[in-house]
Amino acid sequence: MKKTIACFLLVASLPAFADLDITVTSGATAPTPIAVVPFAQPQDLPVDIAQIVAADLDRSGIFKTLPRADMLEKPTDFSQINFRNWQTLGQQDLVIGTVTHAGSGIAASFKLLDVYHSDDPQQVLLLGKDGMTAADPAHYRLLAHQIADLVYQRLTGVRGYFSTQIAYVTAVGARDARRYQLVIADADGEAPHAIASSREPLMSPSWSPDGKRIAYVGYERGNSAIYLQTPATGDLKKFIGERGINGSPAFSPDGRSLAVTLSFEHNPDIYVIDVASGARRRITTDSAIDTEAAWSPDGGTIAFISDRGGSPQIYTVPASGGDQKRLTFQGKRNEKPAYSPDGKSMALVNLDSSSYRIGLLDLSSNTLKILSDGPEDESPSFAPNGVAVIYTKQGRQGSELAMVSLDGRIKQSLRQPGDVREPAWSPYLQ
Amino acid sequence: MIQNKLIAAAAIVGVVLLSGCHGNATKNSAAPSDGAGINTYGSGNGSAGNGSDAATSAQLAAQHSVYFDFDSAEIKPDGQATITLWAKYLSTHPTSHARLEGNTDERGTREYNIALGERRGNTVAQALESQGVSAQQLSVVSYGEERPVALGHDEASWSQNRRVDLVQQ
Repeated sequence: MKKTIACFLLVASLPAFADLDITVTSGATAPTPIAVVPFAQPQDLPVDIAQIVAADLDRSGIFKTLPRADMLEKPTDFSQINFRNWQTLGQQDLVIGTVTHAGSGIAASFKLLDVYHSDDPQQVLLLGKDGMTAADPAHYRLLAHQIADLVYQRLTGVRGYFSTQIAYVTAVGARDARRYQLVIADADGEAPHAIASSREPLMSPSWSPDGKRIAYVGYERGNSAIYLQTPATGDLKKFIGERGINGSPAFSPDGRSLAVTLSFEHNPDIYVIDVASGARRRITTDSAIDTEAAWSPDGGTIAFISDRGGSPQIYTVPASGGDQKRLTFQGKRNEKPAYSPDGKSMALVNLDSSSYRIGLLDLSSNTLKILSDGPEDESPSFAPNGVAVIYTKQGRQGSELAMVSLDGRIKQSLRQPGDVREPAWSPYLQ
Repeated sequence: MIQNKLIAAAAIVGVVLLSGCHGNATKNSAAPSDGAGINTYGSGNGSAGNGSDAATSAQLAAQHSVYFDFDSAEIKPDGQATITLWAKYLSTHPTSHARLEGNTDERGTREYNIALGERRGNTVAQALESQGVSAQQLSVVSYGEERPVALGHDEASWSQNRRVDLVQQ
């Protein structure tokens, strides 16, 4: 199972130290009340499908699920529902479902119902889905997340993100005993597993747009390099290891190129490298620091940071090279750009007087909205549906992950012992 | 206590880095994260020199960091003695080699700090070269904010982390 590719770097599928513990610290002012009734499911099923669906919806901050103990009935079929019971409890929507064994896995069906249109057969059924399957127990939780995705999408109009994953870096121990792991967990913090482990720093994970590969920075006996790993197979390849900095990898939206930072030609500059051929294009040549490249969703523009004006600020350049323009002027420093999936805004790290906070820059009006509280927030990464940003903040036990909705109202924290940082939200998978 | 650890660690850093492949990685993964790395990997200061060289090596190990102001790569006056000590040793031992490890405090973003750490390492390299050290004797690596020596979130910790460590090889 374990596979050692380079002597310094252990590539494996190891259980990580601990689950991420996710809590909603502030939610929508009026979350939608929804009841997810326990599904009819075989008694020997190791997971409670409806419970996972409910937890996903609660964690989004825009739904509030009804505790099971408060339910007056537990229907599993439409014919069993007494809608008045749910109206009495103030519920807007109702989810019922059934799970059965199917081959070596399970099959599920569910219905999403509008409690207040129970008299109208045209309107009461908001969504009904049959024949959703999970081939084996390893995919049971994923099936529940897919149900939550569909419920979320029907009620919000936005695709759900519950069946996606988050990559992040952990660091545990001090000084020479410090150990770094690159971990992938489900979006609900469950099932974390380390895909790489090292005594030297691991940094800057970046997903390929198909979600199959991750590029990241590692060190081999004091030299940095950018690695490309396929988590499903454990395949690891050293992508580039020049003298000096090999940093900040970012997959282009078409997956064919990686923007990286290299310093072997004297100082840190942005390069675009063809993944298949290794052919390089140098994008910046300034004598200042240029790093932290991010692609616009259409692949046409690369944003990066530079201290050519004295302090680090965000600049843009056509991905094919050309004119470089300064984008940010707010506060003292702006760093670590991340385009929203729709390309209309950019998350960044803003320093005002003394606090590093996550900001959201509207790219048409150039107005900056501060989303987080500081004082040491960094590494913003968008959820693939663009509704929230995950980032790193300072916690009592070390750095921890936090999530904030783009309107700033819904906040969550994701903790585990030791330092957790550099979250990278996966694209939609499959 | 912390100070002792710093010195002990300083003496074996070169060995740790040079011997990165001693254990197999699978075994490494099971190593406890309680500081055992020092005992497992450290068994000397890495110098194979004679007695007087060993004494100098001890001096170098005891004075091996140059410190910086926030977001600055300028060597402060109190760093000059360290530069001079290392320049004397390296220029009189032309076959010896030093790795300059650039580090930063936790403020600012990680990849910017990698770049800033390299800038600090390059500044120290230039200062050594100006005192007669050959560029071939030096290599620079930046760890940015990834390898702090102090884990606090205040100036007392930050000032210790904004440093270039000179590591004899």
